[in-house]
Amino acid sequence: MKQIIAIIDYGSGNLNSAQKAFQRAAREGGVDAQIIVSSDPEQVRKADRIVLPGVGAFVDCREGLMALDGMEQVLQERVIEAGVPFFGICVGMQLMAERGLEKQVLSGFGWIKGDVVAYLPDDKQLKIPHMGWNTLDFIQSHPLFTDIDSGPNGLHAYFVHSYHLEVKDKSQLLATAEYGGLISAIVGRDNMVGTQFHPEKSQKLGLAMIGNFLRWKP
Amino acid sequence: MTLKTRLIPCLDVMNGRVVKGVNFVDLVDAGDPVEAAIAYDAAGADELTFLDITASHEGRDTIFDVVNRTAQHCFMPLTVGGGVRTIEDIRKLLLCGADKVAINSAAVSDPDFIARAADKFGNQCIVVSVDAKQIESDRDENKEPARWQIFTHGGRKPTGIDAVEFAKNMVTLGAGELLVTSMDRDGTKIGFDLELTAAISDSVSVPVIASGGVGSLEHLVDGVKIGHASAVLAASIFHFGTFTIGQAKSHMAANGIEVRQDPS
Repeated sequence: MKQIIAIIDYGSGNLNSAQKAFQRAAREGGVDAQIIVSSDPEQVRKADRIVLPGVGAFVDCREGLMALDGMEQVLQERVIEAGVPFFGICVGMQLMAERGLEKQVLSGFGWIKGDVVAYLPDDKQLKIPHMGWNTLDFIQSHPLFTDIDSGPNGLHAYFVHSYHLEVKDKSQLLATAEYGGLISAIVGRDNMVGTQFHPEKSQKLGLAMIGNFLRWKP
Repeated sequence: MTLKTRLIPCLDVMNGRVVKGVNFVDLVDAGDPVEAAIAYDAAGADELTFLDITASHEGRDTIFDVVNRTAQHCFMPLTVGGGVRTIEDIRKLLLCGADKVAINSAAVSDPDFIARAADKFGNQCIVVSVDAKQIESDRDENKEPARWQIFTHGGRKPTGIDAVEFAKNMVTLGAGELLVTSMDRDGTKIGFDLELTAAISDSVSVPVIASGGVGSLEHLVDGVKIGHASAVLAASIFHFGTFTIGQAKSHMAANGIEVRQDPS
């Protein structure tokens, strides 16, 4: 049966790239899926999987999402109550936190325990934003990681961010990246995951992870 | 630290076509920027930069189509520069699939534009192009430390603005990355202006991309080791097939620079 994957359009993020990457991952992974980009809560309500992208600042993304009447309610209903698989990307992942502390203090969805804070590497010579390709360390096993190599010799993910989600409940931290300290690279629980990096820009690793998400049955 | 040094091929695009042509054996149309982008993607480039040098206003829309088609095939970060002057220009490029925009002339004529752009789209997608030329007289006559001034309009127009001060100011305003091009070295194949690159990289907190002058693989290594660049950009050595992306990365790795070498 054809799955419907909804990528939420709230005026943030590279939706063209995200849509193409999900289409390609579905095709390569043999998943029968229709990838829609939508700002309509009713369309998102009907989706079998939900993707929340996001670039820029937490506050702008938060406000952009709130401007879509009923969208957050649909997210809570579908992701929390109905258990629909959810994938947050970059600021879409950060919105899963309890609070964002960029520019001003704003609440997130509160799905992952922790706040989004400025990332401060131990080595002050390191450049911020953390921009470029980094390897991941999977600290828990997860269906999203199937057939993906991690560690220093593993595949690379593309990051571009200055803030990260400081996870309070370590059971919700799935992977880290090393950059003068540990960056929360992937968070998740139950039927939801979020990546700080951009899978839609991460070539082999990204397409593999999106493919795993499309096959995931939490 | 496991963040890798980035290797970025750059394509000059005019009216939707690659200007110098790309010398890859398996390209059907060497003038199609999308085909070149796909080839660089497959070869393991870490990012791609399109520099739109279309002069006419009517031709400006062609870049949107190029970016749109590239984003359909390439799942790698894409920066687009050239003629970016308004918030609307940025919005359109990002919607087409660009991840970052490089801003040059508009950053000089209206520095506050950088602040507005960074506020609107986040500093991660605002790259400021620092096109600089060394001020010769200071060095020869007064034995002062090297200084550079900013040029705009593709290197044709001097501004009298000090490059290092300009770079620091742009970062304060919200630039998330600087593309530092030596107008003295651009096209010469004698290597980056390492002094310029290091002077700026050591003065700012954001990543610096070294650009202008690459003629050998050693130049890429120097840009990182001596110029302290986080990324190195080159055009002709790749377009004309002098070296492949793979050869460049192997050489950088052999010289102790950590690069991404994922299996394809």
